[in-house]
Amino acid sequence: NSQLCPAVLDIVETSKQLLQSQRCKTKERQRASVMTIHNLYIFSKTGTLLYYAEWNRLNKSGITKEEEAKLMYGMLFSIKSFVSKISPLDPKEGFLYYKTSKYTLHYFETPSGLKFVLNTDNASQNARELLQQLYREVYLEYVVKNPLCQLNEPIQSELFKMKVDELFKKSPLFLSRSL
Amino acid sequence: MSRTGTKLDAKKVNSELFTLTYGSIVAQLLQDYDNMEDVNKQLERMGYNIGIRLIEDFLARTGSGRCYDFRDTAEKIQSGFKIFLGITPSITNWSPAGDEFSLCFETNPLTEFVELPDNYSNLKYCNILPGVLRGACEMVQMEIACWFIQDQLKNDNLTELRVKFVKRYSSYR
Repeated sequence: NSQLCPAVLDIVETSKQLLQSQRCKTKERQRASVMTIHNLYIFSKTGTLLYYAEWNRLNKSGITKEEEAKLMYGMLFSIKSFVSKISPLDPKEGFLYYKTSKYTLHYFETPSGLKFVLNTDNASQNARELLQQLYREVYLEYVVKNPLCQLNEPIQSELFKMKVDELFKKSPLFLSRSL
Repeated sequence: MSRTGTKLDAKKVNSELFTLTYGSIVAQLLQDYDNMEDVNKQLERMGYNIGIRLIEDFLARTGSGRCYDFRDTAEKIQSGFKIFLGITPSITNWSPAGDEFSLCFETNPLTEFVELPDNYSNLKYCNILPGVLRGACEMVQMEIACWFIQDQLKNDNLTELRVKFVKRYSSYR
């Protein structure tokens, strides 16, 4: 070893550093995928996007938020009508969620037509309860009971935004999965 | 937030405050409008605006799903009265077609300290209630019509609110 010329030592050193930095990056990426709530959409009964928030979204759709919301609403609308037509039994609750290899989309609709959509990691449980909680404890308290919030328009209230963030960050889903 | 500190237990809220506040709203409307019909209309409209928000509170609290038929609706409206006004009106006088029923109130917190002078016979004092019901039902894709046919304030034995199913909106579901 002692006979290796300095140039070779340099190369070894550089490659060590490279390896180290790559490890760091992988760790960062893993840390990002530990977070299990990706994003949230709230739609009104007529399909207006009332609220959108994202926490850990690594892949961007590449279209504007408005276009994305329309796409999302259109898909949900189709899935709902598909589910209710194809179901061999009475579809009591209708569409609940779908799952891909990477994420799960949870869907909760109130009888008044309000739609809550949450994308999470596949390991997440009870996301539906979380959405119900969001409706009961945040939407009701800070939108419905706020006379300055119009019910069919995008939600501007800062307090609402804060409370949504708070609810999700304290939820066990947010950081639950250990790799 | 201060809201959590000041939040009152719904069961313990005194209904007298509500009764008197409602009374002052009606008194103010009577001052603002010359025509009794306009007052009735305004009360109904105010009720409608309350109803479209109140339904969310009802749904979130009860977690109830959609109604299967109008009888189901009637029971849910009844439970709404229990939740928000602390009274349980009886459901009676179903029409043979099952599209109309009455809610009968023996006591009504809205009218607790109220007496109507004779020249106010056209005033529908509680007209906010039909508005609330109409607004709330509209938000769950149902159009109803709602009116009083008996009123304790007009010396009837009980207060009777008639509810009629009109149509179901073509839903977005």
